[in-house]
Amino acid sequence: MTAPTTVAAPRSRNRGSGSARRVRGALLGLIVPSLLLGAWQLSSVTGTFSAVQLPPPGAVAAAGAELLERGELGVHLGISTQRVLLGFAAGAALGLTAGAVLGLSRTADALLGPTIGAVRAVPSLAWVPLLILWIGINEDSKVTLILIGAFFPVFTTVSLALRHVDRNLVEAGRAFGLTGFRLLTTVQLPAIIPAVFSGLRLALAQSWLFLVAAELIAASMGLGWLLSDSQNNGRVDRIFLAIVLLALLGKTTDALLGLAQRWAVRRWA
Amino acid sequence: MTAVLASSTPTDPRRRPPLEVSFSRLGRSFGTSSDRRVVLRDVTVDIRPGEVLAILGTSGCGKSTLLRAAAGLDTPDAGSVLIDGTEVRGIDERCAVAFQEPRLLPWHTLQANVAIGLPKSSSASAGKAKVAELLKLVGLDRFAKHRPREVSGGMAQRASLARALARTPGVLLLDEPFGALDALTRLKMQDLLLEIHAAQPTTVLLVTHDVDEALQLADRILVLGSSGDGPGSTVKDLIPVPGARPRDRSSRELAELRRHLLTLLGVAAH
Ligand SMILES: Nc1ncnc2c1ncn2[C@@H]1O[C@H](COP(=O)(O)OP(=O)(O)OP(=O)(O)O)[C@@H](O)[C@H]1O
Ligand SMILES: [Mg+2]
Repeated sequence: MTAPTTVAAPRSRNRGSGSARRVRGALLGLIVPSLLLGAWQLSSVTGTFSAVQLPPPGAVAAAGAELLERGELGVHLGISTQRVLLGFAAGAALGLTAGAVLGLSRTADALLGPTIGAVRAVPSLAWVPLLILWIGINEDSKVTLILIGAFFPVFTTVSLALRHVDRNLVEAGRAFGLTGFRLLTTVQLPAIIPAVFSGLRLALAQSWLFLVAAELIAASMGLGWLLSDSQNNGRVDRIFLAIVLLALLGKTTDALLGLAQRWAVRRWA
Repeated sequence: MTAVLASSTPTDPRRRPPLEVSFSRLGRSFGTSSDRRVVLRDVTVDIRPGEVLAILGTSGCGKSTLLRAAAGLDTPDAGSVLIDGTEVRGIDERCAVAFQEPRLLPWHTLQANVAIGLPKSSSASAGKAKVAELLKLVGLDRFAKHRPREVSGGMAQRASLARALARTPGVLLLDEPFGALDALTRLKMQDLLLEIHAAQPTTVLLVTHDVDEALQLADRILVLGSSGDGPGSTVKDLIPVPGARPRDRSSRELAELRRHLLTLLGVAAH
């Protein structure tokens, strides 16, 4: 897992050239996917792989169109996105809260730090049997698993970043009568906004990972379920469809968060 | 400018009267027990309400440490600081500090930064007016909406001064507030400080290493430095400055005093 880099691009006064550069960057980024698509198409046309091993792009698109017509694709996409957003939001909120408490209070850190560290050390899929037994095979258990996945990146980045906030600024805040929650919201949180967003982007990536895990194991709909169901039916075209859709969804949500990050970094840093 | 200040004074009920500050046998050391370094030793001085006390001393002699003790940002390990007769314990809201570095919040505008200095009790509209007035006073009204990184170091320092003034404190603690200013702005800001002090009397502790600044602004000058055979700095001299302000920079009395101060600071006077 690689940390998404914090893009604090130098602000350009010249908006025209800035947006031109952005368009150019986006076009450059499309080159490799287009080449891959071309190679994929080429290999199926030349018969390097059989259509069962590697269905051509057209077949995958057709599989998508078919599911879409039957109204199933929308359901899968909707439910998966909903699970990720719910789990991510809850996990991020909890991670932010716990990170703030442990990052600010040495006592809380001494008291809870080792426990949270131990829980983090558990490979997250190890929770699945317990969640299924305790909560059951339903939405709650899936969202909870995603919550666990989203919690730790946010918690870790926030608690670490809070310990490294410029002491001089914090002292200035305290000298002017800021304490506790007001000090947190006026000085400490704004100071760690870039770190918070790095944590959030890691957490979002984790959320999609855990979504697929949850849906592979126990689900009756969603993209993960589509994967396992297609595996059982030998529908390689649908497997490709699910993979491509996961890539697109993951990339789109990350890009949206990236936009929010750029705005926030400009606003707060 | 004085009129602006004077007119605002009676309408500001939260204004604190100037307060007395007493350092009593104050001592402060840093480091572990095996590697202890005494910075301040046995500092005793009483500052009258409304007095302007300049604190002079060589770099690293403990001037900032002394101010921090008065602000309650640092706890001395011997002696105490009394403000208005009560001991300083923890951050003291009767004080306002302008730190040696501007220490502005980079994500706020200058205006919002100055507003942080406002006392808790101030109403939103009165606070806004006060901030605007202070920004104008320090010559930053045109930069109210700028971020600290968009202004020069000297401008940031002026904003930091305005933030401290916003508190209308009983004790104003200024740690080299004019250090980053060019000579001309420095003179202007010194005049401004005197005007503010005349319009809204407050006790001022002004750390500086500029002898002329101390001579211009202070009622008395406290020289910190090593004295006797003990370690660390203590009160080397406490000298009243003669004459009413603004003082004639070329007067003989002041020239003599300057020579004396420079000798105390270990600089050969020319
Ligand atoms: N928190 C601290 N921990 C350890 N040493 C400290 C601490 N604060 C100050 N000191 C030491 O105390 C001494 C005095 O520091 P101080 O900042 O008060 O000097 P100063 O007189 O303000 O100097 P300058 O004119 O350069 O600002 C220095 O030697 C410094 O290293
Ligand atoms: Mg200092």
